[in-house]
Amino acid sequence: MKCGVVVFPGSNCDHDVYHVWKHVLHQEAAFLWHQDDSLQGCELIVLPGGFAYGDYLRAGALAALSPVMGAVKRHAEAGGLVLGICNGFQVLLETGLLPGAMRRNENLRFQCLDVHLKTERTDLPFTGRLAQGQVLRLPIAHAEGNYEDSPERLDALEAGGQVVFRYCEPDGRVTPESNPNGAARNIAGIANAAGNVLGLMPHPERASEAVLGNTDGLALFESLVEAGARHLESVGARQ
Amino acid sequence: MTVTVSEPAVNAETARSIGLTGEELERLKKILGRDPNWTELGITSALWSEHCSYKSSKIYLREFPTEGPHVLQGPGENAGVVDVGHGFVAVFKMESHNHPSFIEPYQGSMTGVGGILRDIFTMGARPIACMDALRFGEIDAPRMRFLIDGVVRGIGGYGNCMGIPTVGGETGFHRCYNGNILVNAFALGVARRDRIFHARASGAGNPVLYVGSRTGRDGIHGATMASESFDKESEQKRPTVQVGDPFTEKILLEACLEAMRTGAIVAIQDMGAAGLTSSTFEMAGRGGTGLRLDLDRVPLRQPGLTPYEMMLSESQERMVLVARKGREEEVEKVFRRWGLEVVDIGEITDTGRALLTWHGETAADIPIQPLTEEAPVYHRPVAEPADLAERWKAPEVPQPSDPRQALEELLATPELAGKRWIWQQYDHTVRTNTVQGPGGDAAVVLLKGTPSGLAMTCDVNPVYCYFDPRRGGAQAVAEAVRNLACVGAEPVGLTDCLNFGNPERPEISWQFREAVRGISEACRALSVPVISGNVSFYNETEGASIYPTPAIAMVGVIPSLASLPDPWFRHEGDRIVLLGDDRSEFGGAAYLRLLYDLEQGRPPAVVLDAELRLARLLRSLVAQGLLHTAHDLSEGGFLIALAEACFGRRPMGARVEVSMAGADLFSESQGRALVAVPPAALEQVLEAATTMGVPAREIGETGGADLVLKSGGEVLSAPVARLHEIWSTALPKALGL
Repeated sequence: MKCGVVVFPGSNCDHDVYHVWKHVLHQEAAFLWHQDDSLQGCELIVLPGGFAYGDYLRAGALAALSPVMGAVKRHAEAGGLVLGICNGFQVLLETGLLPGAMRRNENLRFQCLDVHLKTERTDLPFTGRLAQGQVLRLPIAHAEGNYEDSPERLDALEAGGQVVFRYCEPDGRVTPESNPNGAARNIAGIANAAGNVLGLMPHPERASEAVLGNTDGLALFESLVEAGARHLESVGARQ
Repeated sequence: MTVTVSEPAVNAETARSIGLTGEELERLKKILGRDPNWTELGITSALWSEHCSYKSSKIYLREFPTEGPHVLQGPGENAGVVDVGHGFVAVFKMESHNHPSFIEPYQGSMTGVGGILRDIFTMGARPIACMDALRFGEIDAPRMRFLIDGVVRGIGGYGNCMGIPTVGGETGFHRCYNGNILVNAFALGVARRDRIFHARASGAGNPVLYVGSRTGRDGIHGATMASESFDKESEQKRPTVQVGDPFTEKILLEACLEAMRTGAIVAIQDMGAAGLTSSTFEMAGRGGTGLRLDLDRVPLRQPGLTPYEMMLSESQERMVLVARKGREEEVEKVFRRWGLEVVDIGEITDTGRALLTWHGETAADIPIQPLTEEAPVYHRPVAEPADLAERWKAPEVPQPSDPRQALEELLATPELAGKRWIWQQYDHTVRTNTVQGPGGDAAVVLLKGTPSGLAMTCDVNPVYCYFDPRRGGAQAVAEAVRNLACVGAEPVGLTDCLNFGNPERPEISWQFREAVRGISEACRALSVPVISGNVSFYNETEGASIYPTPAIAMVGVIPSLASLPDPWFRHEGDRIVLLGDDRSEFGGAAYLRLLYDLEQGRPPAVVLDAELRLARLLRSLVAQGLLHTAHDLSEGGFLIALAEACFGRRPMGARVEVSMAGADLFSESQGRALVAVPPAALEQVLEAATTMGVPAREIGETGGADLVLKSGGEVLSAPVARLHEIWSTALPKALGL
C-alpha cells in the first residue's frame, strides 16, 4: 500500500513515519507537499507530528487551511485511509474530519514519556493486528493533548464505538493517574464514524524497531499493510 | 538622498561605552590609518569582544590537543567534525548562553539552543541530538524558580519544535550561581563525510545572499554584553536578549540542507553573536577575500535601522551564504519554496576589505583580516589564590549516625535527586534514534543505516574545580570517558564550554589556566581531542564570581548496539561487581557539602592511567555482551550510585556487602564503576579485570524489593520503592510543584 506522508512547514515526524513505512515495513512511501493538492495516488495518508505552521493561532488551525488538506478531505470522504499522529491528530480536529478539540495539557507543560494505551476497537484497518483490550506502551510528546468535547458529544463518541485508544495502567485499568494530559475520559485516540480516519496523540512510529527497545507501535502499521493487501484482494475478486 | 543619522562622536569614552579599551581604539586607528566612524567602531567592538575574539583565553587554549585519528575539523569553524565510520561524520559543539538566560530565561535558553543548532546545520549536517548542561543557584534564591522554569521551557520550546531530541545533559545547583546561572547548549549533527560545508568565502564576484528572518533591533551588542559582569542594572539589558522563533529555524534548517544539495553554495555561515558583522567578516577572513555589502538591501523588520544597528543586530534565524555566480537562482528557488526571504546583499571581492554602502554613501570601509585574525591577545596577570593551602586542608569528616538516613537525605537534595521533571519536558524520542535517553550515564542514539551508535555525555564538578581547577578539569574529562565506557563507547572527541568569572582578576585567570591544563593532560592521557568549544568569561554579579565550570561534552562511538547494558539493574539474580579502588576522599564531596554545609579540601585524585584501564575494561566487557548493567560512581560516591542503579523503569533491590563503612560509603574516589553480570559470566568478568589491571570484587546480587547493605558490621535496609519515591519527587517538591 502506498503511503503519503504530508509535509507541512514545521512537520518534524515526517521522516520518522516515512522511515518506518519504507525501511522497516518495505512499503511504498512518498512525501506530499503542503501546497500541492495531488495525493500522488497514495492510498494511506499520514499527517505526521510536529508543529505545522509553528502551531501559530492554534495547533493545526493553519494546516487545516492548506491546499493539501482539501485533497485529504476529499480522500477521507471517499473512504480513503487517513492517520493523524500527535500534531496530525490536532490537524484532523481542526479540519473537522474528527470531532472534538485539544486543550493544553492539564499541567500546562510539554510532556514526553511512555504511556500505556488500552485498545478498544480491533475491527478498523488501523487495528486489525491488535487484540481487544490489548495494552500498548507508546511514547507521547506534546503540549496540547488534552482532548475535550461536550458531554453529549463524548457520549455519542463512546456510543458509536469511536474511542479506539484510552490511557491506562500497564495492566489495562483506566485510571486518572494513567492520564498524562487531562484528556476527557482518558481518550488517546479516536476514529470517525466510518472508521477510515484515525487520530491519536501517542507516536507508534517511535516504537516500531527492536533496537529502540519497543515495537508496540509496529502493529498499527502492520495492520494497515494487511488492510491494504485485503483491499487489493477484494478489488481483484470484484474484477 | 542624504540621511542624517545622529550617532555619538567617536572617542575613547564612547569606545569604552561599547566595550573597547583606549588601547584597542588606538590599535584600530593604526589599522585604518585614520579615525573610525561609529559603524566601524561598533563592528570592531563586536569582533574584538571577548565572546568573539577569545582575547584573554587564546594563549591557554593552544594547549588543547586538537588532533586525532578521527578529527576532520578541529576548533576554528562553526563546529568540530569527527569521522564516526561507515562514511559518516559527527559534527558537534557546545556553547554558553548564560547572560541572556539570566536576564530573560525563556528567550535566553531558546536562542542558546537555536544558535548551537545553526552552528551544526551550517556545516551541512542534520542535527540529531541535543544536550544541555545547566547550573542553577539555590532554589530559594531570588528569581531562581522563575529562572529554572523559564530555562527548561525555553530549551524544550526550541528543541521540541525543531524536532531534535534532547537526549541528555546535566543539572546542578549551587549558591555560587545565585546571581549568574549557566546555560550551556550542545548539539550534534550527522552528515556524509564528503558533504561537509565550510564558512570560507571564495571567488570574487560571487553573490552574498541573506536568508531567513528580517533584521530588527534585538540583540544589539549581545556579544559585548556577554563579555561584561552583571550589576544591578543588568535587568535593564533585556533589549540585548534576542527573541527566538523555532518555527522559522526549522524551515531554515530544511531549506539550507536542501539548498546545499544543489552544489551552488560556496560557503555558508549563520548569523550568531554579532550577527551580520561576524558572519560576513569571519567568512571573508577565513577565505582571505574582501566583500561589498549594500546595506539598503538588508531585509528589515522595521524601517530606520542605521548601518550600525544592522551590522550589530542579533536577530535570530538568519544565515549568510556565498553562491556560485550565475547559479544563485537555483539556491534562491529552494528558499522561496520554503517560504523564506532570500536577498542578494552584495558580493565577494578580492580587495581584502569590507566595503559597506548605504544610501549611496560609504558606511564603512575596513580591512578584514587585520580585524579578524589580528584581534588583540592578552596575557592577563595570573595569581594562585593566597589561601590555597587553607582550602586544601583535609576536612574533618563526621560519621553518619544512621547511613540510611544520610542516604535518604542526600537523595532528597535537588543536586542528587532524579531530574525527570526537567527532561520530561523535552522531546527525547523524536527522529526514532534514541536508544538510551536522559537519566543514564551517557545517552545513546542510532547512527541510522549502520550497526553503530553514538554516545554522548556532559560532565563537570564545579566544587572540585573551585578547590583545584587543574584536578577538576581532568576529573571532568575522566568522568566523561567513564560515562561513555559504561555504554561501551570509545571517545572520538570533546567540546567544552569554559564558564569562568572576570579574567581581569588574577585568580580567575589562574583558575582558567589550571583548568585548561588539567583538561589537556586528561585529554592526552585518555586520547580524546578537543574539536570545538566556547569560552564564557565575566560570569559574576556584584563582584562575586561563579565557581570555575569547564563543562565537558564528549562523544563516542559504539561499534555495535547488540549488547548495550542499562545504567540500572535489569535482571534479578545478577552478580554485582565493584570496579576500581575505594579510598577515603572527601575534598568537595557532596556528602560534606549537602549534609554538613562543608566545602573543604583538595578534590579526589584523578589517576589517569587507572581511568584508562577501567574504560578499556568496560568497553571490552560491553562489546563481549557480558554486562546487564554498568553505572559509574561519581557525585555522592558508592551508595548513591548503588541506589541509582536500583531506580530503573522497574525498580529493583539488591543485597550487597562491602568492606567500606560509615562516611566512606559516600567517598568520591574516582575511577570506579558498578556492573551487574549474569552469574555464568562472573568468573570471566573478574578474570578480565585482573588481566586488564582493574581492581574488582563481587559485592552481592540484584533482586528483591529492598536495598540491603552490610557494611562495618551493620546492616542498612530500605525498601527501594521508598528510596525511589524520595529521589523522584524531590525536585518538583523543592520547586513547589
